[in-house]
Amino acid sequence: MSNQYLVLFFLVGAIFVGLVLILSGIIAPKSINPQKFEPYECGIPTQGVTWLQFNVGYYLFAILFLVFDVETVLVFPWAVVMKEVGMTAFIEIVIFFFILGLGLLYAWKKHALIWE
Amino acid sequence: MNEGKVFSLYDFTALTKWIDTGLHHAMSPFWAVITELLIIGVLILIFYALIGLFLVYAERKVCAFMQNRLGPNRVGPFGLFQTIADLLKLLFVELVPIKNADKFLFNLAPFIVIIASFMAIAAIPFAKGLHAIDLNIGVFYVMAVSAMGVIGILLAGWSSNNKYSLIGAMRSGAQIVSYELSVGLALITVVILAGSMQLSVIVEAQRDGWFIFKGHIPAFIAFILFLISSTAETNRGPFDLAEAESELTAGYHTEYSGIKFAFFFLAEFMNMFIVASIAATVFLGGWMPLHFGAWAAGFNHVMDFIPPFIWYIVKTFFVIWLMMWFKWTFPRLRIDQLLTLEWKYLLPFNLVNVLVMAFIVLMGWHF
Repeated sequence: MSNQYLVLFFLVGAIFVGLVLILSGIIAPKSINPQKFEPYECGIPTQGVTWLQFNVGYYLFAILFLVFDVETVLVFPWAVVMKEVGMTAFIEIVIFFFILGLGLLYAWKKHALIWE
Repeated sequence: MNEGKVFSLYDFTALTKWIDTGLHHAMSPFWAVITELLIIGVLILIFYALIGLFLVYAERKVCAFMQNRLGPNRVGPFGLFQTIADLLKLLFVELVPIKNADKFLFNLAPFIVIIASFMAIAAIPFAKGLHAIDLNIGVFYVMAVSAMGVIGILLAGWSSNNKYSLIGAMRSGAQIVSYELSVGLALITVVILAGSMQLSVIVEAQRDGWFIFKGHIPAFIAFILFLISSTAETNRGPFDLAEAESELTAGYHTEYSGIKFAFFFLAEFMNMFIVASIAATVFLGGWMPLHFGAWAAGFNHVMDFIPPFIWYIVKTFFVIWLMMWFKWTFPRLRIDQLLTLEWKYLLPFNLVNVLVMAFIVLMGWHF
C-alpha cells in the first residue's frame, strides 16, 4: 500500500503544479516586448556569458559532503540496532567516528574548510 | 453506521478503517483503492495549500509585530485573506519567458521543488491513525525527499541565464548540502534513543515523556542543532544567502514571474512546515500530549483531553514561530561564516553528541 501512496503523492504534486500553470497560462495576459525578455541585470544589457565554470571552493565542499553523507547513511542502520547490539556497536562506532574525525581534521589542516 | 462512535478526535484509526471497509463493500477492490487514493490526494492537497497560505500570512504578521507594525490588516478579518488575494493576483501575472534560458529546465524547476515538499509531507503523522504513509524508514525518507528540493533550486538558478540566479543557486547548493549533515546527525541522535526510524513508533515511544526530556542533555543539544541546521536547510534567514535581497536581487528565483515564483515561495514555506513538524514529531512528541510520569496522573488526564491533532499543530507552529523569530532577529551571515559554522562547529559537535547519546543509551541512563 505504501508504495502506491508514494507514486500518488508524486502524481498529485505534478498534476497540481501542471494544472495551476495551465490555468495561469490561460488567464494571464501576454504582451510582446523584446526588452522584457532580457535577463535582469540592474537594468543594463547583460554583460558576458552566464554559464561559465564555477569556483573550485564549491567542489571541495561537495566532495566533503559526499564523504559525510555516505557516513550518515551508514550510521542510520547502526542507530536503529544500537540498543540491541550494545557495547560492540558502541566501540565500533567510536572507531568509525575517530577515523572520520581524522578525515575532517585533515581537511581542516589543509584549509579545505576555508572559503576563499 | 453510527457516526458518533466511528468519528473520534482522539483516534482516527476507526474512521479510516470504516471508510476503507465501506468503500470495499460498495465497489470492486480496484476502484476502492483508486477512490481512496483520490480522497487522500485531494485532502492532502487542500491541507498543503491551506497551510502554505496561512504560513505566508503568519510570517508577515509575526514580522510586523516584531518590527512594531500592524502587518496585513485590510483584506478580511485581521487581514486573513491577504495571501489569497495575493495568490489570485499572482495567477493573473504574465509568465515572462526569458531569452536564452534553458526552457525545459526552467519549467521543470518549480515541479521539482513542489513535488519534493509534497512527498515529504506524506510521511508525517498528524494524529493517531492520520498518517498517509507509515514507512519503516520514515525519518530517513523525509530527510532524503526534502533534500531533493535543492535540485530544483539548482536547476532554477542555472537555467535562468542570470548571474544573480546562478550565484544564489550555487550558494544554496553549498549551504544545503553542508547543513544536511547536521540535520541527519541530529536525527540519528534520536533514532538511537528510539531504536527505530518509523515515525509512528517514535511518537509512540514518547507516550510517557517527550524525547527532548527523556534524552537528557544530548537530546536537547540535538534539538538546538536540528533547529539551526534545518533553518539553514530551508534557506531561511539568517541563512537566506541564496536569496540575499541586498546583493542578489532575489537569488535563484530572480527570473521567475507570476505563479512560478509563487511555487518557489510556497515550497519554501512548506519546507519550513515540514522541518518544523519533524522537529515536533521527533523531539517534542508529535501528537502525544504532554505527559509526566505516573506521579502526575491527574495532570496527564487533563492533557489527554486535548485532541492529538491540536497538540501536533501547536507544537509545529511553536517551532515555526521559533524559526520566524530567528529570521527577524539575527542579521544575515556571510557565506564563509555560514560554512565555518557548519563544518568547524556544528559537525564536530554533532559527532560528539551522537557518541554521548549512544553511551547514555548503552548505560541505560535515559528515562
